[in-house]
Amino acid sequence: MKERYEFHVDSLRYLDEQGYALGDLPEVAEDTDRLLSAYANMVLARTFDTKVIALQRTGQCGTYPSVLGHEVIGTAIGQSMAKDDVLVPYYRDQAAQILRGVTLTELLLYWGGDERGSAWAHCPQDLPIAVPIATQCCHAVGVGTAFRIRGEHRAVVCCLGDGATSKGDFLESVNLAGAWHLPVVFVVNNNQWAISTPRSLQSACETIAQKAISGGLPGHVVDGNDYFAVTEALETALDRARHGKGATVIEAVTYRLGDHTTADDATRYRSAEELKHAWERDGVKRMQNYLHREGFWDAEREQALQADCKGLVETAVKAYLATQPEPPTAIIDYLFETLPAALQAQRDRLVAGAGGEQ
Amino acid sequence: MTDVTLIEAVNMALAWEMAHDETVVVLGEDVATNGGVFRATVGLRERFGYKRVMDTPLAENLIAGTAVGMAAQGLKPVAEFQFMGFIYAGMDQMICHAARMRNRTRGRLHCPAVFRAPFGGGIHAPEHHSESTEALFAHIPGLRVVIPSSPQRAYGLLLAAIRNPDPVVFLEPKRIYRAVTQAVEDNGEALPLDTCFTLREGEDVTLISWGASLVETLAAADQLAVQGVSAEVIDVATISPLDRETLLCSVAKTGRAVIVHEACRNGGVGAEIAASLAEGAFLDLQAPVVRVTGYDTVMPYYRNEQVYLPQVADVVQAVEQVIAL
Repeated sequence: MKERYEFHVDSLRYLDEQGYALGDLPEVAEDTDRLLSAYANMVLARTFDTKVIALQRTGQCGTYPSVLGHEVIGTAIGQSMAKDDVLVPYYRDQAAQILRGVTLTELLLYWGGDERGSAWAHCPQDLPIAVPIATQCCHAVGVGTAFRIRGEHRAVVCCLGDGATSKGDFLESVNLAGAWHLPVVFVVNNNQWAISTPRSLQSACETIAQKAISGGLPGHVVDGNDYFAVTEALETALDRARHGKGATVIEAVTYRLGDHTTADDATRYRSAEELKHAWERDGVKRMQNYLHREGFWDAEREQALQADCKGLVETAVKAYLATQPEPPTAIIDYLFETLPAALQAQRDRLVAGAGGEQ
Repeated sequence: MTDVTLIEAVNMALAWEMAHDETVVVLGEDVATNGGVFRATVGLRERFGYKRVMDTPLAENLIAGTAVGMAAQGLKPVAEFQFMGFIYAGMDQMICHAARMRNRTRGRLHCPAVFRAPFGGGIHAPEHHSESTEALFAHIPGLRVVIPSSPQRAYGLLLAAIRNPDPVVFLEPKRIYRAVTQAVEDNGEALPLDTCFTLREGEDVTLISWGASLVETLAAADQLAVQGVSAEVIDVATISPLDRETLLCSVAKTGRAVIVHEACRNGGVGAEIAASLAEGAFLDLQAPVVRVTGYDTVMPYYRNEQVYLPQVADVVQAVEQVIAL
């Protein structure tokens, strides 16, 4: 036994709420193109979000979880990952998925009730969105184990929310990632709310990042609305993962600016004042302020970007709305590689258009 | 050809497939250094190394979910659950992810995983070690549920399960792990899935069973033969998806069916088979389909487990009942 066991959780922040640098910025600040691409992706994700909610309100899309307030985290993830890394997303990772190559039309198909929305071609090894909370953490360590078995220098990024960190799936996966030294980066979008349950009721832990310590992993808290902080933490963690130095937990602190989903009404459980305060810390505006102040951005460019994003979204929406549903047989044809004889009669009924087993 | 027990046949199949397919990996509690609590994986770590034979932390949900992630990467994980009584924590992953990965991604990813677990009573085990809850898995679209009843079928069906590109729940009747030995040729030949095996042909009644209950079912058939009743005995083997065709053909011939299973009756796989026979062979049936099953109660501790388990006399009595009609 040691006399005392000591652990620590560090925190990272580079910008204040108005987008002023608090000190020296990390290396990524030198890469203007990357900063401009990052901001463009945040605006695209936000434009897309507004549109999908409008589609849902008019009966043209299913229940949808808003990405509002998570654009910075997703964008930093999408930019930091290498193409052959694997993303294991939850359902608020639109900004990351767009950068991975999932098309806006595919995202619309998914939320519009069409399985083809997860059949994307551009990042074929990325896992589909996991709806049951935290279950994807176990998949992430499985993917990481496959990399380790094959001796590949690739990393897995696993995304989850603050509510997910209360589940065994997360804790079991963090534990395995430590024990097996796996190349996994867990990114916790701590947006303060799990539907109506506030962060304070989720856990008495001062930070979520400290849950990493239970698995023998480093845990970091970063300002999730600070592009530089999230990017720096991710780059460091991904580098560790790819070089056999093991897993990391990053708690990215943000605020869910929208309802949980379009089926939720957050005014039932949180105050307008709290929401107003959260908007003052908005990471997209903060990024814009930074770029403006550095001379990389102006009103004209902003206008052009907004128009571009609207155009991209409109094109995707058109393609989505023009996509015909799959034939009825599709509901059974992808269950197994080869249709078992036992299901043939049910498939025949689908072909005959009966619409159900009799 | 060597005479082996059912558990040795499981080990042989694992070793064969690991030697011939480097994407096959084994994971579970105590499977590597210890070779598994029933010794199903003994010797594999020595032959194939720690990278392919992995002792996991004690977390069944994690074992199932990790297998899903590995499978998404093109590995063929064979995950062991120490006893069926502990598999439930892993069912979330099997139902929500393993069974759906292919369908959800329209074939972009799939889940060629095998989830192995010993199940059933009769070995004087502690609480939670003796249940037969195969029906829970049979109800899930996208999962195959396979149950061997002999060393030969354990070998051939496990090879088929590992090679199958979709998830298979492979339930091993531990009561007959070491009950008998049988000559099994270690030649890598798989048996077909989704197919019943007719163990014995007969004319008067069809006895339908799977797993360890076939011991009592076959003994009953012997006894009935002495009484002049010719019983056909069918080993269902893959309880989902179900080979209804073989069952219907047999009943078309015999006109009578008795289903024998260790699991409790309510909502059991026997009910699905009985309903299928009622739908597909009603005009062939000369008597109602009868089930001989465990009771609709909690599996008793072992002093009373024989009270719960279907016995040879129960099967004989059921046949006499349907023959009398």
